[in-house]
Amino acid sequence: MIFPPYVLRIRQSVNDRRRDLSAKWQQLPRRVRTFVMVLLVGYLYLLPIAPPPFVRTPEVGFAGVLADQVVIYVLAALGLNVVVGMAGLLDLGYVGFYAVGAYTTAVLSSGHANWPWLATLPVAIAASMVAGVMLGTPTLRLRGDYLAIVTLGFGEIIRISANNSNYLGGPRGITSIPHPPSIHIPVVDWHLDFGVLDAKPYYWLGLTIIIIVVFLLRRLEQSRVGRAWTAIREDEDAAELMGVPTFKFKLWAFAIGAAIGGLAGSLYASKIGFINPDNFPFLLSILFLSAVVLGGSGNLGGAILGAVVISYGPERIRNFSDKRYFVFGVVLVIVMVFRPQGLLPNRRRAAELAHTADQGAGILGEMTPPATELADG
Amino acid sequence: MADRLLELDAVTMQFGGISALDDVSIHVDTGEIMGLIGPNGAGKTTVFNVVTGVYHPTAGDVRFDGRSIAGEKRYRITKRGIARTFQNIRLFPEMTALENVMVGVDAHARTSVPGALVRLPFTRNEEKSSRDSAMQLLEFMGIAAQAHNAARNLPYGFQRRLEIARAMATKPKILLLDEPAAGFNPAEKSELGQLIRTIRDRGFTVLLIEHDMSVVVSICDRISVLDFGKHIADGKPAEIRNNQKVIEAYLGVPSDASRDS
Repeated sequence: MIFPPYVLRIRQSVNDRRRDLSAKWQQLPRRVRTFVMVLLVGYLYLLPIAPPPFVRTPEVGFAGVLADQVVIYVLAALGLNVVVGMAGLLDLGYVGFYAVGAYTTAVLSSGHANWPWLATLPVAIAASMVAGVMLGTPTLRLRGDYLAIVTLGFGEIIRISANNSNYLGGPRGITSIPHPPSIHIPVVDWHLDFGVLDAKPYYWLGLTIIIIVVFLLRRLEQSRVGRAWTAIREDEDAAELMGVPTFKFKLWAFAIGAAIGGLAGSLYASKIGFINPDNFPFLLSILFLSAVVLGGSGNLGGAILGAVVISYGPERIRNFSDKRYFVFGVVLVIVMVFRPQGLLPNRRRAAELAHTADQGAGILGEMTPPATELADG
Repeated sequence: MADRLLELDAVTMQFGGISALDDVSIHVDTGEIMGLIGPNGAGKTTVFNVVTGVYHPTAGDVRFDGRSIAGEKRYRITKRGIARTFQNIRLFPEMTALENVMVGVDAHARTSVPGALVRLPFTRNEEKSSRDSAMQLLEFMGIAAQAHNAARNLPYGFQRRLEIARAMATKPKILLLDEPAAGFNPAEKSELGQLIRTIRDRGFTVLLIEHDMSVVVSICDRISVLDFGKHIADGKPAEIRNNQKVIEAYLGVPSDASRDS
């Protein structure tokens, strides 16, 4: 791709400024950084009550968009980011895990039992984790494109099975999935009712779950586990020969990604109250993947930002009515042309991608590691 | 007889119809520096690949520390105490030098996903001690100043050293070095030779592939020679130098002399 010089210059200066900012941020004392983070997170809780200027959603409720779309997409993108961004495994059937989580909650709370939502949540997470392990065990021996194809098939199998299963309600799906119980805080006489009337409680619940997930993922990232994933992503053969049990850690990445996907699915099922197979199309896998790639593969902040853009973007430009997905698509293409590493890239991941791009591979090219070059020279 | 640490017993390695290794039996004794030499394509790196589990031998057995390791998983072989470097450098390019070595240290780490999620005290200690021992290894190899640079950005010679540091980090009993001095000038080569001896004196056994006879002869206790997948000689450096078969393998033989393959 050849850009005119002024574009390159602008890009350079933007990058420089960003690096300066992040360096300054790192230099701030820990206490100041924590304080700023707390303020920021606190504001996120107030977002549906006091949205910043220009951030709104014409024709639909802002809180509703946050709760229905943004929170779910962010969770799914965080989970998929573990698989795609951290471990470098291309998964095109991620919606399958999301569906497993949603259906588990639906079956246990409405379809065939009447557990409260909260009780179904751990089962939904566990079930999607099991699905992840079941899919991963035979398929994680495959690499790159082959893995992508098998996972794509998995996503479709889940949807079609649900469509054909009477137990899961067939094409009509499962209805009257319960909301979480209302919370009443007596001191300030404040009712937190999860329901269709007010979307804010769901947003707050989702935001809290996201914060917990980010906290846990950061721990993984900064431990031996994150190191092992990076090593696998960069050179799987060398990693295995340096004592990394690559299969085990790839399977963990799959299981953790699936668990978060199931969590998102369970939350989604409870929010909208009814699900059917049409809620889990292949397109959703692609949108989740777009969120990860657009935001910056391998970076938690990037995955969050990408998910927000993907989910909030089309709602923001509702004025364009049915042309909005076209406009949105054009914007995505432009962003990816000018910033292939994503909006908030993981520095390391961006360099890996740039390197493979030099070698003629695509954006996700790193997922096909170079053929074994261990042979005799 | 000295203690046999690594033993290839009649190993044959075939790819299609071609024998990369043909009935090769060599051994490495504890505490020695053994050189593995031979012309290009002789099967030296194939020996490394068979030993480290990259290839499973078509026939024969590989024994390490008295137990067969043929067919075992690669990372388990590493855990048992065999570590290697690569002929064409295979570092994790975007990880820092320190992280590269820490991946090696992690070979014996007990932390997995649950431990990292809960961040138990032992996890934190393990992380810290792995960082410390990685740093020590970088110091030992003389590249501590580069600890926080991405491996890709290190000068070539440092990358070679970093590979050795990463391999040593897995606490091996035997270190397999695949042409560690490739591309070095004579001064760098002799410096590396010194370093390899120091590594041996620290208690590592070393199996070394090297083309440069001056390096091999000066630091190895014993040398094995491969030629077209066959083991043709074994002995002290002085013996190898004067071995007729070795000279023929390296310099070629008059066309009437037949080589049975």
